[in-house]
Amino acid sequence: MMKRRTVLKAIPAVGAAAALARVQAQAQLQFPAARPIAKAIPSSGERIPVVGLGTWITFNVGNDRPAREQCAEVMRHFFEAGGRLVDSSPMYGSSQGVIGDGLAKLAADRQLFSADKVWTSAPGSAQIEASRQLWRVPRFDLLQVHNLLDWQQQLPLLQEMKATGRLRYVGITTSEGRRDREIEQIMRNHRIDFVQLTYNLLDRDAEQRLLPLARERGIAVLANRPFREGALLRDLKRRPLPAWAGEIDCVTWAQFALKFIVSHPALTCAIPATSSVAHVRENMGAARGRMPDEAFRRRMADHVASL
Amino acid sequence: MSEWWTYRLSDFLMFSPRIYWRLVEQYNRDVWPAQLLGLVVGITAIKLATLRQVRADRALAALLAASWLWVGWAFHWQRYATINWSAQYIAMAFALQAALLVGVAATAQPTARRAGGERHARAAPRRVAGWLAVGGGLLYPFFGAIAGRPWTQAEVFAIAPEPTALATLGLLALAGPAYSSAARRTLAVIPSVSLVLGAATLWVMSD
Repeated sequence: MMKRRTVLKAIPAVGAAAALARVQAQAQLQFPAARPIAKAIPSSGERIPVVGLGTWITFNVGNDRPAREQCAEVMRHFFEAGGRLVDSSPMYGSSQGVIGDGLAKLAADRQLFSADKVWTSAPGSAQIEASRQLWRVPRFDLLQVHNLLDWQQQLPLLQEMKATGRLRYVGITTSEGRRDREIEQIMRNHRIDFVQLTYNLLDRDAEQRLLPLARERGIAVLANRPFREGALLRDLKRRPLPAWAGEIDCVTWAQFALKFIVSHPALTCAIPATSSVAHVRENMGAARGRMPDEAFRRRMADHVASL
Repeated sequence: MSEWWTYRLSDFLMFSPRIYWRLVEQYNRDVWPAQLLGLVVGITAIKLATLRQVRADRALAALLAASWLWVGWAFHWQRYATINWSAQYIAMAFALQAALLVGVAATAQPTARRAGGERHARAAPRRVAGWLAVGGGLLYPFFGAIAGRPWTQAEVFAIAPEPTALATLGLLALAGPAYSSAARRTLAVIPSVSLVLGAATLWVMSD
């Protein structure tokens, strides 16, 4: 994300460019034309790639034309690498319109899995329609109640939209462990297709209750904040990537962090946000190659905890 | 927002510093050479505040009202709101501040001989007020340069929110008989809140 770019700027420019080129070349050599690994959405069986694209901060660029074009490039490389799920929210400033611009340029409608949110205490229909127009899509694939805001009103609306064919999937979101009890109650008592929560190498509370419950209830899981908004990677990049990361085809810390997340049996898709083409390609590399098993995942978490 | 105490200040920053400063830079490019006018307005406002006459105070209130209205409209509403949805509410607050200043300009009466008017005229507070007025009205663009930002991202009085708010606080404290103590306090609320928000944003962006 942006902070990763900041870190890279600190490295001499030639070295940084060479390092990124090496990462991309390695990824292409390892998996030349491989399709990204996909997992099934339990409620339908439809498969989506395990790495998606978040847009918090990174796509909120206002009317900055070069930055909007850069975001469209990120989307182009994301789709070219086989990515599908793009996640946003009306809370993310101009991000939805930036996505819409990018989609219009790329004509990637068939590949896109559009995941947006409803975030209002008012009746949600008007906001959802405004969001749809900004995205320039005929309908959303997934709509989530953002941070459970007025979920008692919004969830029935989304269910009704799904029942009438105006929406494919219904979900709820939280972040950093907030309102976990309420999330659990909704997962137990309401029919939802997706839950979005924070899960990464350091934030693993969801392993205790929510991830097992998601498996039990057949709910797909999206992982937000996979890099703790870049802070996790900034810390990790001060250390060398362990040589054994190669056993699961990781060549960067970002891939290491993402493979840990998406290899959890309950996880469906991680949604790292970036405004960098190099980073989106690097992230998509985590959806290819060998994945860690349970013992390997423990080793990964223990190693990072020990740093 | 539920569980608001679990959020960090940085959780409210919804754009990158790079995009914010590019927005300021583009704004400066769009309105150039209004920055020069802003400096002239700043010098004029300081002069008016030091005259301590009702007519000068009225003119000062009118100048400040125009400045707040412009910054609220041109910066917050038209530009900042594209990356920060809360800026539309800040723009409304700026318009309210402009309306309050117009109210002062329209209804100003001499109050200088009242005890409150005398109290604020003591030397030490006037020095602080003077520094605030000069700092916001004239020197603020240099603060950015000292912090390492290019001149294209300079923030100028009557163009950008922080120098406008800073200078307003100083000018209101300096100004003369048209402002009662209650008016000064009322007119200081929105600039103070604006400064706190601006400082918090800069703090998080520099982290």
